[in-house]
Amino acid sequence: MVFPLPPDTESFDPVELPSRGTLWSYTVQRFPPKSPPYCGKEPFEPFALGYVELPGALIVESRLADVSFDALRLGLPMELTTTALRTDADGHVVLTYAFRPAQDAGA
Amino acid sequence: MTDVFIVGIGIHPFGRTDTRTGLQQGEFAVRAALADANLSWSHMQFAYGGSDSAGKADTLVAQLGLTTLPFVNVLNGCATGGAALFGAYSAIRSGDFDLGIAMGFDKHPRGAFDPRPTDWGLPEWYGEAGFMVTTQFFATKLRRYMDLHDITPITLARVAEKAYHNGSLAPHAWRRTPMDVNAILGAQMVNDPLTKFMFCSPAEGGVALIVASGKKARELGGPRIRIKAVSMRTRPQGSFEVFAPYLDLERGDSVSTSASRAAFEMAGIGPKEIDVAQLQDTESGAEIMHMAENGFCGNGEQEQWLAEGRTRLDGTLPINTDGGCLACGEPIGASGLRQVYENVIQLRGTGGARQVARKVQNAYSHVYGAPGVSAVVILQC
Repeated sequence: MVFPLPPDTESFDPVELPSRGTLWSYTVQRFPPKSPPYCGKEPFEPFALGYVELPGALIVESRLADVSFDALRLGLPMELTTTALRTDADGHVVLTYAFRPAQDAGA
Repeated sequence: MTDVFIVGIGIHPFGRTDTRTGLQQGEFAVRAALADANLSWSHMQFAYGGSDSAGKADTLVAQLGLTTLPFVNVLNGCATGGAALFGAYSAIRSGDFDLGIAMGFDKHPRGAFDPRPTDWGLPEWYGEAGFMVTTQFFATKLRRYMDLHDITPITLARVAEKAYHNGSLAPHAWRRTPMDVNAILGAQMVNDPLTKFMFCSPAEGGVALIVASGKKARELGGPRIRIKAVSMRTRPQGSFEVFAPYLDLERGDSVSTSASRAAFEMAGIGPKEIDVAQLQDTESGAEIMHMAENGFCGNGEQEQWLAEGRTRLDGTLPINTDGGCLACGEPIGASGLRQVYENVIQLRGTGGARQVARKVQNAYSHVYGAPGVSAVVILQC
């Protein structure tokens, strides 16, 4: 199993990954990555990213959304969401996949 | 098969030298090594050399002399120096040659390295979303390690403090101003939990080592250091490397552990017999994790080791005695050979203010780099 799905569809079949998992590790990107290739919000805002362990599948790298940096910890239950990466020249918001703390966990 | 010895060493100071190209810094190191061994370029029967981004090593024959020697160019990222020494070692060991040289140099632009997604077989969105940043890998690998093994930020700062102290005593180091733990902890955060002063920077420099057979080394009569082991490995299944959009659930050993085990087996000794070690310290946490990955301590024991100063110059296992990558910077093609240069200094006992307190018989060096390659060298006097 690999992520993301490679363009070679003859050798790989799409598999639906679990949309919930646990936080495997994380960091905060405090400085603007070099652009290109980075294409995020202007002005730059620090963002959290990390790895989310999806049970029975694999561990995926992802943006971490809707969470304060101080609340991040290993094992935190996470769920799939989207987050705004930037607004393009036509005013459209460009989204990317992300994980956020599971809304029904630990409440 | 013959034993292999290092009979000459040369270095061009690391850091920034605006007046010399990378190639010129390599040439400088070669001439210094030849002078150290009291030899000339015409004595060299072969050369292995390389740089990651500062030119082709073999073009140096124009400056050093058109002696028609075979000159093999090496290009293995952070393991370039290790691979050059691996080649030189094997050439002597084969019995076909008895005197040659391994060298490496580099010169990188300021700031972080500048990788592109397509060069790594990754989709464009990976870079657009902000994942094409090497420091994130170091930080996420470290974050998990610290939480699982109870390592705290003060330990990261102690590694950096030691590096800048040792660097202040090493003439070839770049960062030569000591810095205390509070300044290191309080510096600008780059990728949590790592601050600015816990990271090394791309830099410049050159190193050359002259290797000889046992017979030739005795003939030359100067100080000789035996190469007990040279190993080089690429990543095994389940290792965690830079620019990984996913990881397998089943985790494996690191490539450093593979290279380390192979080197110890070849040398016929274990980690407890090592008196001084140079470990890849791209950032403070890398030194911490590499202590365990190379078998010098158990996971989590680093907290106590650093608190007790065991890896300082006067400790039981001094680590990165010239300040490592943190104080010397990282010219990719020269970094691994710098570690071996430093170990030769320590084995000869000529380290001056940075000479370790304990008697040195066995010295260990370890490089690690993208995309999951590691080389280990064990020297003995």
